[in-house]
Amino acid sequence: MSHYPRYKKYRPKVYRRSIPIFWWVHKWPHTRFILRELTSVFVAFYVIVLLLQVRSLAAGPQAYADFLAWLQTPLALALHVVAFAMVLYHSITWFSLAPKAMVIRVGRTRIPGWAIAGANFAAWGVFSVILAWIILAV
Amino acid sequence: MPQETITLEVFRYRPEDGPEPVFQSYEVPFRKDWVVLDALNYVKDEIDGSLSYRWSCRMGVCGSCGMMINGEPVLTCAAFLETYLPGPIRIEPLANFPVVRDLVIEMDDVMEKLNRVSPWIIPAEEKPVSEGEYLQTPDELEDFKQYSMCINCMLCYSACPVFGLEPGFIGPAAIALAQRYNLDGRDAGNDHRMEVLSDDEGIWQCTLVGECSAVCPKSVDPAGAIQRYKVTATTDWWKSKLMPWSS
Amino acid sequence: MATHKGKTNEPFWWALFGAGGVFAAFFIPVLLFINGLAIPLGLIEAPSYENALALVQHPLTRLFLFGLISLSMFHWAHRFRFTLYDGLQIKHLNFLVALMCYGTAVVVSIFTVVVLFQV
Repeated sequence: MSHYPRYKKYRPKVYRRSIPIFWWVHKWPHTRFILRELTSVFVAFYVIVLLLQVRSLAAGPQAYADFLAWLQTPLALALHVVAFAMVLYHSITWFSLAPKAMVIRVGRTRIPGWAIAGANFAAWGVFSVILAWIILAV
Repeated sequence: MPQETITLEVFRYRPEDGPEPVFQSYEVPFRKDWVVLDALNYVKDEIDGSLSYRWSCRMGVCGSCGMMINGEPVLTCAAFLETYLPGPIRIEPLANFPVVRDLVIEMDDVMEKLNRVSPWIIPAEEKPVSEGEYLQTPDELEDFKQYSMCINCMLCYSACPVFGLEPGFIGPAAIALAQRYNLDGRDAGNDHRMEVLSDDEGIWQCTLVGECSAVCPKSVDPAGAIQRYKVTATTDWWKSKLMPWSS
Repeated sequence: MATHKGKTNEPFWWALFGAGGVFAAFFIPVLLFINGLAIPLGLIEAPSYENALALVQHPLTRLFLFGLISLSMFHWAHRFRFTLYDGLQIKHLNFLVALMCYGTAVVVSIFTVVVLFQV
């Protein structure tokens, strides 16, 4: 006669710890992560400025001169200095993380992360020089 | 004079005593070769037998003894007391998990998630035993070996802020485990696992904080596994939209 | 028949995020430095209006600018959307947040096309 013991499932009264709203200020790696994500705001900021600069070109020489004058105001310069730091941080973190998504193996050895990141940084340098030449040599 | 004792501040939660946890201080001998687990065992043997915690191999291969030490998820069998001089050392249960009692957490959720990714070889065709074994070159083993090193210690879930905020997130270890099979030459289950992984509660909640890989004691690099899978899933998605006739 | 088993459309947005991130990483720092810092501070002479206009009017430039601006906006949209979810824990507003983010990117992209035609 099967008379297996009937166990009542143990449901412990668990304690749940909550996460503070600003969880990312408590640990530096988390703060650094949020800063990295916020670089995208400055990426968007600059492409909008660029768009407005192109629009001023379309509007005529006076509009273009006005825009160049705006770029020289203290507010614009301050925004651009901050934005420059942030977009640099975007590029540095982006290329440093590239090896995580790109795993290339030759035989048994994996191309080391620094080589993939290095290639990206090198390409960044080349593209920057090319773009600078296009804008300035014109 | 060299330090002879060190203080542990241990998270105690006993539901029968009350709904709120407390911290209890214990003074344990300081020995150069002791790890935090040795100190906890000393507490349980000599001071307070009521302390509850998980441990097993005490050498970093079973994954049982994960706890928060001074706010960082570590294996207590690998954390030397010397690292935390002069103390006190704050010991809490693994973050982002419900606490059952003292330092013991409820991990049913993660156990279910590990199972959800079908962590076994799904061959293209069932081969009868009489046909012999699968052959695999060392190069093919290299493709997935790193992801097979996971000891299910769940430090990565503790470190992942997304898992803390969204308990439904399938999480780093589960995705790394899926990759261990996806990248195994004997396996043909990529499509099958895609349904579970390429989901709003799958890989797409990950924002590459990267803390999971930073705390992993076995260098599994789950963050890398997840990023690679994002590329795989995205390529698969675009192929299905742009070239639906392909296989 | 190639089907994607996952039921989500996230791969669409992630691809735009990735492409935008690549474009932004390679091209924005130098453009920002030259146009936003070097020229206004007088380190480099500004191109004349005629030269600048001619450069922008070139079809390749228009294509490049559209790609850079639009993809960078979608990069921001996707990243900012998740930052709002995780940073401020407003995931329950997810439809509104997604609409605001991707919607802004779409609007700016359309505006970019309009401007590039006017130039």
